[in-house]
Amino acid sequence: MSAEASSLGVMDRQQALRLKQRRARGAAFARLCWGFTWLAVLVLLVLLHHVSREGLPWLSLKFLESFPSRRPAAAGIKSALAGTLWMISFTALLAIPVGVAAAIYLEEYSRKGRLSRFIEVNIANLAGVPSIVYGLLGLTLFVRLAHLGHSVLAGSMTMTILILPVVIIASREAIRAVPSSIRQAAFALGATRWQTVSQHVLPAAIPGILTGVILAMSRAIGETAPLIMIGALTYVAFVPAGPADEFTVLPIQIFNWISRPQEAFHGLAAAGIVVLLIVLLLMNSVAVFIRHRFEGRTKW
Amino acid sequence: MVTTTATETPTLKPIAFAVRESLAAAQETAAPVIETRGLTIRYSGKPAVIDVSLLIPEQRITAIIGPSGCGKSTLLRHFNRMNEFIAGVTTEGSVLYRGIDLYARDIDPVEVRRCIGMVFQKPNPFPKSVFENIAWGPRINGLVRSTHQARELVERSLMQAGLWDEVKDRLHENGLGLSGGQQQRLCIARALAMEPEVILMDEPCSALDPVSTARIEDLLFELKDRYTIVIVTHNMQQAARVSDYTAFLVNGVLVEFGETPQVFTRPREKQTEEYVTGRFG
Amino acid sequence: MKTHFQRDMERLERDILYLGSLVEQATNKAILALTARRPELAEELIAGDDEIDLREVQIEDDCLKVLALHQPVAGDLRYLISAVKVNTMLERMGDLAENIAERALSLARLAPLAGAPDLTQLTADVRQMVKLSLDALVRQDTKLAREICQMDDAVDEMHHQICRELRDMMQQDSATVERALHYLVAARNLERIADHAVNIAQDVVFMVEGQVIRHGPKENH
Repeated sequence: MSAEASSLGVMDRQQALRLKQRRARGAAFARLCWGFTWLAVLVLLVLLHHVSREGLPWLSLKFLESFPSRRPAAAGIKSALAGTLWMISFTALLAIPVGVAAAIYLEEYSRKGRLSRFIEVNIANLAGVPSIVYGLLGLTLFVRLAHLGHSVLAGSMTMTILILPVVIIASREAIRAVPSSIRQAAFALGATRWQTVSQHVLPAAIPGILTGVILAMSRAIGETAPLIMIGALTYVAFVPAGPADEFTVLPIQIFNWISRPQEAFHGLAAAGIVVLLIVLLLMNSVAVFIRHRFEGRTKW
Repeated sequence: MVTTTATETPTLKPIAFAVRESLAAAQETAAPVIETRGLTIRYSGKPAVIDVSLLIPEQRITAIIGPSGCGKSTLLRHFNRMNEFIAGVTTEGSVLYRGIDLYARDIDPVEVRRCIGMVFQKPNPFPKSVFENIAWGPRINGLVRSTHQARELVERSLMQAGLWDEVKDRLHENGLGLSGGQQQRLCIARALAMEPEVILMDEPCSALDPVSTARIEDLLFELKDRYTIVIVTHNMQQAARVSDYTAFLVNGVLVEFGETPQVFTRPREKQTEEYVTGRFG
Repeated sequence: MKTHFQRDMERLERDILYLGSLVEQATNKAILALTARRPELAEELIAGDDEIDLREVQIEDDCLKVLALHQPVAGDLRYLISAVKVNTMLERMGDLAENIAERALSLARLAPLAGAPDLTQLTADVRQMVKLSLDALVRQDTKLAREICQMDDAVDEMHHQICRELRDMMQQDSATVERALHYLVAARNLERIADHAVNIAQDVVFMVEGQVIRHGPKENH
């Protein structure tokens, strides 16, 4: 037998050959996975490189403090940045409590029957509905029927409904992942359901909930179509002073600049993308930080 | 007295009488703390416990033994209304705690669980500090009103559970960092902190090594002075070592109930004899 | 499928019953040697007592092992405890038979004693009790066991009668003393064998029913 075939002398030639094949297949698969991973990273790196190269020259404090203008040199994203921050804040304020509360109700309080399953299926479906449909809904419901006009509030409420399914599903998963033994222990000590949920289940589920929130917020921050539908403006030279004011958001502003023929505006667009990415990164860091704090205390 | 309903097993009723006799005959008058009468429990129609009538004597350790799936855990969980969290559970008959029907409409399950505590098979401390684990229950139930009281209670409970020396310097470390045996003693301390009257234990040592098991068994001897303990175990030697009374269930039916020495030296029923000598189950 | 434990128990039971049969044979031989003046039987018996002693030690050791390794409970535990006791009883019966054999040997060397007490009934009863007690053990028959306990009164009475006869004989004629004493001891040993048979019967009742009938007034059925 060859040296590599049977190190212990317990396998015959055929078994040794099969072993070699199995090892080779395993190695090939591992290398494939490695390749795909680096491919994805590569795409991201290329994108970042491209955007930075085009956009960084335009990135400056002046850029952040100026309103958009017909002259590229004087243009900035102050209004869009402000609008995005306003919109995102209100969306978070609305979507997180509603989503988490809905998830708590569905997981802890509702009786598992046909109605509950019906709701579950529908929420999952809603998560896949194209965002422009939400824009239509927002336009009809918030802008017109509720007379909110083309305001930050209308935009936030539209985005809330958009990301609510994601928040609910992720929160439900996180709550479900809390072992039932914890609940049983709490009940056995004479706790009510609310005490158990609020003091044990929720704190333990926070990492998972936050993951869902991060995902949802990331989606919200990049949505353009629904906001256009509800009437976010494309050329805004003021900063919203309150939720009732009109506004614009970064993706719209970027889109606006990209559609202009001048080369300079493309650079501005790239700078806008960089700003958007930074906002996204900051948001996620906050969430990861909070998650880390809670995860540190919760180990199964 | 036990009322006779139409049942298919007339031999069961005399056992309840025999229990009263055996209790009366014993020199100590051990009053029953928990009593079941004709208790039948079904999961979605399938019976798990059938027409069980027994007494849990005060300040004694009662063991419930029987082959797997005979309804021991179901019966135990019924004593503190923990079966309510399972869908599709229906009950006939009654469970009495000091003469009060535990399942009456005006009885709050939360209150029931304050008097009747539980320790589970797999240690399940909260993912919080040791201190928090023990102080939480009393705090939400209003048993302690200050940090000082909480600290005293935590120390007392940990001493009762025989864990104080090992964790007194680690009170604010996560409870999950303890070993398996320590975690289970932590869960026992947590149950003791509520100062219940009865402690239910569902196979508390089955996930532990022999040394931890022995320590917990010693602990049970000490706790007997102050608490009534009901322990479900599939380890017969443990039941023999630890308990004062033994109830033997097969397929949801109470076959025999009596003082442990009697059950393990001169069992009355043939099925009991076969089970304890290992001929079946 | 037989478990390890069941196999050990069965082997133990076989060993005890075999020991029982050895002791029964010894008893019968001793009685024959005494009543029919057959010294050669007595010598066989005395030689055979070593085997009885060895087996008794072996059986006790086996019981210890089973108790330690298997930790039996209920019926099995009662069986084991009784087995240890029956084992001891059997060995003592063997010793008593050996002693009777020695008396038989001594008597055979001396002239026959005129007017020697009639041991027929006593020996018949003793043989019967030994046989029945072993039967009860084999069959785990508590009814039979209780009957054996009742038979002991007759044996005791006969023993007292024989003692009185021998005492009278010795008082009247001092030449008979040596031989009469041998008879006395032999009769005494026979009575003790009967007592041990009763003990075995009582142990059988404990084994099967868990009831202790050793002390107090003689039991009714």
